Amino acid sequence: MSQTTPSKPLPDPSPETRPYWDGLAEGRLMLQRCADCGSLRHYPQPMCAACNSMATNWVEASGEATVHSWTVAYHPFHAAFRAELPYVLVTADLPEGVRLLAQLRDATAEALRPGLKLRIGFEANEAGLTLPVLRLTGA
Amino acid sequence: MQLANKAAVTGVGDTDYTRDAGGRSALSLQLEAALNAISDAGIRPQDIDGIVMPSPSSPVVAEELVTNLGIPDLRFSTGTPLGGAGPVAALQCAAAAVAAGICSHVLLSLGRTGRTGQKIGARIQQMPQFRIVGEFEAPSGALAPAQYYAPMARRHMEMFGTTSRQLAEIAVTTRQHAILNGNARMTTPLTVEDHQASRMIADPLRLYDCSLESDGAAAVIVSAADRACDLRQPRILLAGMAEGHPDSPSAITQRGDMTRLGLAKAAPRAFAMAGVTPADIDVAEIYDCFTYIVLCQLEDLGFCGKGEGGAFVEGGALGLHGRLPVNTHGGLLSQAHIAGMNHVVELVRQLRGEAGRAQVPDAEVGLVTGYGDLGDGTLAIMTRG
Repeated sequence: MSQTTPSKPLPDPSPETRPYWDGLAEGRLMLQRCADCGSLRHYPQPMCAACNSMATNWVEASGEATVHSWTVAYHPFHAAFRAELPYVLVTADLPEGVRLLAQLRDATAEALRPGLKLRIGFEANEAGLTLPVLRLTGA
Repeated sequence: MQLANKAAVTGVGDTDYTRDAGGRSALSLQLEAALNAISDAGIRPQDIDGIVMPSPSSPVVAEELVTNLGIPDLRFSTGTPLGGAGPVAALQCAAAAVAAGICSHVLLSLGRTGRTGQKIGARIQQMPQFRIVGEFEAPSGALAPAQYYAPMARRHMEMFGTTSRQLAEIAVTTRQHAILNGNARMTTPLTVEDHQASRMIADPLRLYDCSLESDGAAAVIVSAADRACDLRQPRILLAGMAEGHPDSPSAITQRGDMTRLGLAKAAPRAFAMAGVTPADIDVAEIYDCFTYIVLCQLEDLGFCGKGEGGAFVEGGALGLHGRLPVNTHGGLLSQAHIAGMNHVVELVRQLRGEAGRAQVPDAEVGLVTGYGDLGDGTLAIMTRG
């Protein structure tokens, strides 16, 4: 077996999810909104669960978020993330009514409490994939 | 048609549970367990006319069991792809098949080389149930069950004051039971302090909050209740069964209340079918991939209210002489990770009075749960019949 470090997992977007990844590449978090009933949904999927319409618009998220929960990754489940351990994964509530999972930047988990305000940012990883990240607003 | 008491577990079997099965294949392990279960039931392999594979994505398919066991007339073959909820889902599936008269004796078989084969972190990346989190969460570094489930535990802690020491109580009691079992991988005593000193895996889950990777197999025979009367073992009736699926089944992140599992939907249905309440349960085998998952299921089953699980498990409450003996075999945490099929086997042994040093005195009504993937839940209530 090869001893080279495997690369980080990359998404394999479908036609329905590609606008999400294209948005991230431009530094924008795009959410699906049902073109018929207006419900927002995330993660991207072909059908609105509220009205079963497949007519979809994309809207840009406000960039605001609050802490819902989190974990701190210590164990190297994947060799490509070993150098970053430990890292904090925050589950964040967005005012749009959906959630985001992203790494925390510029703070440790000790600072986290449910409801604390966060700001969504964007970072390209070494594979060139742009991902959302979260920072406490300090407010 | 009411399914209650239409089917019974008539045979159980397993292999030695080990760290390393010495290169034996998952098929070889499953065949050994299946033969043990068939022999335990007092039937012949040729009598098997149904197979339910609780983990159909495993390397073993029903056809290989047919070929090796010499089953001449298989009338029903299916799978229950619910991860760790699969074995208990398979009980319901098999019960429905025999109650409908499709077949008479159904083999449920699960076994793997989880320790010496592919590790869980790599396995789940190939499972379709994890496709959504694979696309949207894995790139950020959420890659393994511990990392997907830990935010549920953290949320529970923040909302209800649940502590890591309370999770440790579950690990410690489970270890005590494994030491009594005789076929368990972990046989050295564990203390709360050992748990607290163990390394962090995915905060708040420490090493001793996590289940084992193991090699081994377990098998169960489900028979029509009327066919079970004249078999070798006292029949253990399937009195109540249900499965439940959580909101947002593909992503815990998007689940409105991430402290509520699919089991919360299933439990009232199964208790109603069996005509019993949580207070009637003498022994419970609760799927324990992680300590927190046990605590959450105890709440979702109704043994205590939501948020009260931490207090419920304190003070040895889950021990053999506690208020609710739980995981009397040592569970996935300390016996072996056989995806919960070992939980089904243990409950049957408890209700037969065959559980040896970990026997719960006069156990007559018992419960077994499954938990799989991102929150699927199953339970079966069994009685000595």
